[in-house]
Amino acid sequence: MKLRALPGEAWRAMGLNRLRTGLTMLGMVIGVGAVVLMLAVGDGARHTVNEQIQAMGSNLFIILSGASTSAGVRMGAGSRPTITVGDAEALEKLPTLDGVAPVQFQTAQLAHAGSNWSTTVRGVTPDYFRLREWAIDSGQGISDAEVRSAARVAVLGRVVAKELFGTDDPVGKSVRIGNQPFTVVGVAEEKGQSLSGSDQDDIVFVPLTTAQGKLFGVSFPGTVTSITVRAKSSELMEDAEADIRQTLRQRHRLKPGQPDDFTVRNLASTAETAATTARVLTVMLGTIASISLIVGGIGIMNIMLVSVTERTREIGIRMAVGARRRDILLQFLLEAVLICTIGGLAGVALGVAGAWAVYEFAGMTTFVFSAATGIFFGYYPAHQAARLQPVEALRYE
Amino acid sequence: MAAAAELLRVSRLSKHYDVPGGDPVPVLHEVDLSVAAGEFLAIMGPSGSGKSTFMNLLGCLDAPTAGEYWLQGRNVAGLAPDELAALRNRLIGFVFQGFNLLRRVSAIDNVALPLLYAGIPRAARRARAQVLLDQVGLGSRAAALPNQLSGGQQQRVAIARALACEPALILADEPTGNLDTHTSQEIMGLFTRLNLERGITIALVTHEADVARYARRLVRFVDGRVVHDGEVTP
Repeated sequence: MKLRALPGEAWRAMGLNRLRTGLTMLGMVIGVGAVVLMLAVGDGARHTVNEQIQAMGSNLFIILSGASTSAGVRMGAGSRPTITVGDAEALEKLPTLDGVAPVQFQTAQLAHAGSNWSTTVRGVTPDYFRLREWAIDSGQGISDAEVRSAARVAVLGRVVAKELFGTDDPVGKSVRIGNQPFTVVGVAEEKGQSLSGSDQDDIVFVPLTTAQGKLFGVSFPGTVTSITVRAKSSELMEDAEADIRQTLRQRHRLKPGQPDDFTVRNLASTAETAATTARVLTVMLGTIASISLIVGGIGIMNIMLVSVTERTREIGIRMAVGARRRDILLQFLLEAVLICTIGGLAGVALGVAGAWAVYEFAGMTTFVFSAATGIFFGYYPAHQAARLQPVEALRYE
Repeated sequence: MAAAAELLRVSRLSKHYDVPGGDPVPVLHEVDLSVAAGEFLAIMGPSGSGKSTFMNLLGCLDAPTAGEYWLQGRNVAGLAPDELAALRNRLIGFVFQGFNLLRRVSAIDNVALPLLYAGIPRAARRARAQVLLDQVGLGSRAAALPNQLSGGQQQRVAIARALACEPALILADEPTGNLDTHTSQEIMGLFTRLNLERGITIALVTHEADVARYARRLVRFVDGRVVHDGEVTP
């Protein structure tokens, strides 16, 4: 028999028992639909995590005062700040680093007109916005001149702008931070949630010198809360971390064997953990969905076996007029594949409709999967059909 | 008439059926028979005499337990299932008592079925099937389903199907068993015409003497042995 005659024969056989064909297909529709939907959900989760990583900025380190927990005895954080502006200036000379931004932050009360809001006030230099890849939506950022003159200017985060000014444009308006008047010069772009779940837009930026001198006052002159630094590239992350440690140990006059009095936190590894979690989630969802695909496949095997028994006489007639075993095998196999493929297409459509984000990749793979499911689960029944003896099949009532 | 070429010959052909937990049941005992091309043969015998088993063996639907079966000079006993399928397709046409048409498949597609397995393209299959239906007088019922046709018409469709690949041999197993007398006569007339006009060899199993009378040679089976082989007794 010519191969191209097969689809017609299979299609006709499927049409002979529409209800059964439809129900069998439904198993595939649900199985494939679940796979597409789950992959899409997993993809969505990964997408969200990627966005958060993007928002954080890439290749970043945060240097904090205080020893790491592994050092045994540990000073309370901030009780003896060890990181200084001088450290930051020294780090700027390192060739592996792309930028250095010392940061001083503390919580303060903000007020404008009738409303007030408590938030984190972060004293920064212009480099901070560059390293975090944090753009200014309206107005402008903090300039070097403002840092030098310790100007009373502020850049508001989205959340703070909304809480204090509602829908009004805050640029040029005045706001009180800890009872001192500041002029709003800009509003930062929206960053969304951080990987740890805090709202990054609930923040106010002021020049570093303003925060240190005028706003909070510093008990240990020259110290900062943290320093944000960026390595030149992701390949240089390890070298950069070693350079940072060496420089800071030297500057802090630590003897060999003495524990660090600072902590270097690699944000890339945090991001990697989050990405891994998202990947595991995708795999898990995919596995669950695959199980429903397998169940659908077993349903097809079951129905095809019933169909072979029911059509024994037909098989006998076909064999009597010259059908070879291969012809019978292919006919039943193709029926299973057709059911799976059509069911699979419907499943992809269903999954796409159900998922809020789906990529072509997920759809195509699943399509191939459903055809493979048809071959895998359709083979045994088709084989049973092909094995029949013509004389017995013809006698079958 | 010059001696026609031999179409088939069986020698010492035996068939036993295995019974679970018992001795094999013998159905055919060392049957010897030779059939020339163009013969019209009736096979008779009581139930259980082995005549249907003999037909199944001739039709390559079943394999003998022992013996040889030469079809067009080739020993087919012991051929692989796919080779037998090809022989059935090219050389043999079947007509059954119960017609054995595919239900829910139109008359023309039933007739075209052997051509499908012969690898003929679809358009040529349908054209040839239409010609065959015309020949058996059913050209106008090509689209009808088997259950829309009378018994006689269904048997004509089955005969058209048997003719599809221009076989050398038609095997008919009680082809008139389900038909009334008048229709039986029509069907037997059709067989006679095919035999005389086209020289197709016909072997017919029947238990009706009226039907056997259309044949020119009678083989009678009793208990798995040939007990008579000769002229049809009037």
